[in-house]
Amino acid sequence: MTETAVMVGRCMRRSLRDPEAFITALMLPVILMLLFVYVFGGAFSSVGGGRYADYVVPGLIVLCAGFGAGTTAVAVATDMSNGMVDRFRSMPIISFSVLAGHVAASLARNLLATALVIGVGLAVGWRPSASPAQWLAAVAMIVAFILAMSWLAAGLGLLVSGPESANSVTFAITFLPYLSSAFVPAATMTPALRPIAANQPFTPIIETMRGLWMGHTSTGASTGHEALLAVAYCAAILAVSVAASSYLFRHRTAR
Amino acid sequence: MTYTVKAEGVCKAFGATRVLDEVDLAVATGSVFALLGPNGAGKTTLVRILATLTKPDAGTVTINGHDLRADPVSVRRSISLTGQHAAVDDVLTGRENLVMMARLLRLPRVAARQRADDLLAAFDLQDAADKRVKSYSGGMRRRLDLAVSMISPPPLLFLDEPTTGLDPRSRNQLWEFVRGLAADGVTVLLTTQYLEEADRLADTVAVLHHGQIVAQGTPGELKSAANSDSLDDVFLALTEPQEALR
Repeated sequence: MTETAVMVGRCMRRSLRDPEAFITALMLPVILMLLFVYVFGGAFSSVGGGRYADYVVPGLIVLCAGFGAGTTAVAVATDMSNGMVDRFRSMPIISFSVLAGHVAASLARNLLATALVIGVGLAVGWRPSASPAQWLAAVAMIVAFILAMSWLAAGLGLLVSGPESANSVTFAITFLPYLSSAFVPAATMTPALRPIAANQPFTPIIETMRGLWMGHTSTGASTGHEALLAVAYCAAILAVSVAASSYLFRHRTAR
Repeated sequence: MTYTVKAEGVCKAFGATRVLDEVDLAVATGSVFALLGPNGAGKTTLVRILATLTKPDAGTVTINGHDLRADPVSVRRSISLTGQHAAVDDVLTGRENLVMMARLLRLPRVAARQRADDLLAAFDLQDAADKRVKSYSGGMRRRLDLAVSMISPPPLLFLDEPTTGLDPRSRNQLWEFVRGLAADGVTVLLTTQYLEEADRLADTVAVLHHGQIVAQGTPGELKSAANSDSLDDVFLALTEPQEALR
């Protein structure tokens, strides 16, 4: 337990001391929200049948978490390549805790970014109709999603050869939300993209939040149905990522 | 004589490349043992194996009486590794690095801080204690790296190319610290490509070339065997003819 706490402390310190990355991570939600609501929002006014802010908040949460995953993957890859993990590994400790530290810090960073999305969303006119219980469920959804993404990012960080490639590999995670119902409903896309957008993991996660907050999804399916899918996706990503990370961590040696 | 490291028939290949070929090694307790070899001789691979980071393909290794395969955790309790790329956290300060590592080694909070203070003083890092390691010079980083290794002084210390990339002054200074540790009874296994380093520090020198130990002895023995007063000649004589045969 002590070693995990020490590792979490280390990663938190590292996050706070990288002002460029930290400020970017916090500015991003604000800038994206303003961009989507005030620049694109006018043209998208038909989307979701109401104010665009009411539509876009879950999509921005997922998009920001994708960027956050990039930071986490780079942090893990850096530790693997510069000898830090070797030192931990040659000590009589459970060195896997170094990953737990990264994931915990990732969770904290991304929850902060999510809180910013929600705060700025409320400031620019987002008016969720959710009850306190629905809010709680939405937050639980976010935590599950970010936890899964953080482990996925940690696993990718172990898989790649260095920090630079970690950055490019996580590009997919930052791009995938655009091909989901994050910014426009899947039904409005070109027919070739519709099945992709409707059936990729981000869509049910986004729709679960949307359903909980706004009372209806953009796919027409019930919130319960989307939630079931979303939880299954998160659990699957989490299980595969943790298993793969533990395998990779044991077998990867920084050269 | 007791041996802190006993390795027999250690082999390691990466794909088709044989990096270590039947390496035998015995490091006497309390001695400084230098593994000398050109780049790519297999020094780092051997150290990584002895430090439990890489699994050997064949061979038996005992470190401080513990079998490497059967009991890697006890081996890890007996060693400290100071790597080629000084593994200290750049973003943290010197003090924070020491406290973090001390906490990982289960020192209580107050004791960890006290130990960090002592080591900062011992390794001449007090002035830079609260500066981030990123701003340290090469020599300071290595000293911090050594200090981290000494948080709870291990029976065996690995120094993988401890002075590579250091200027002569920092190198001399680091040598002083290593001698000090050896005088305190720590067994040291160091790898180096510098003959002078092996000559100055080591009680025993083993020359590793193409994955095999091609010569071993005290610096004096090696010099007299080569009929020369310079370890350079020994090294060149041992490594060059084989180079020419390739």
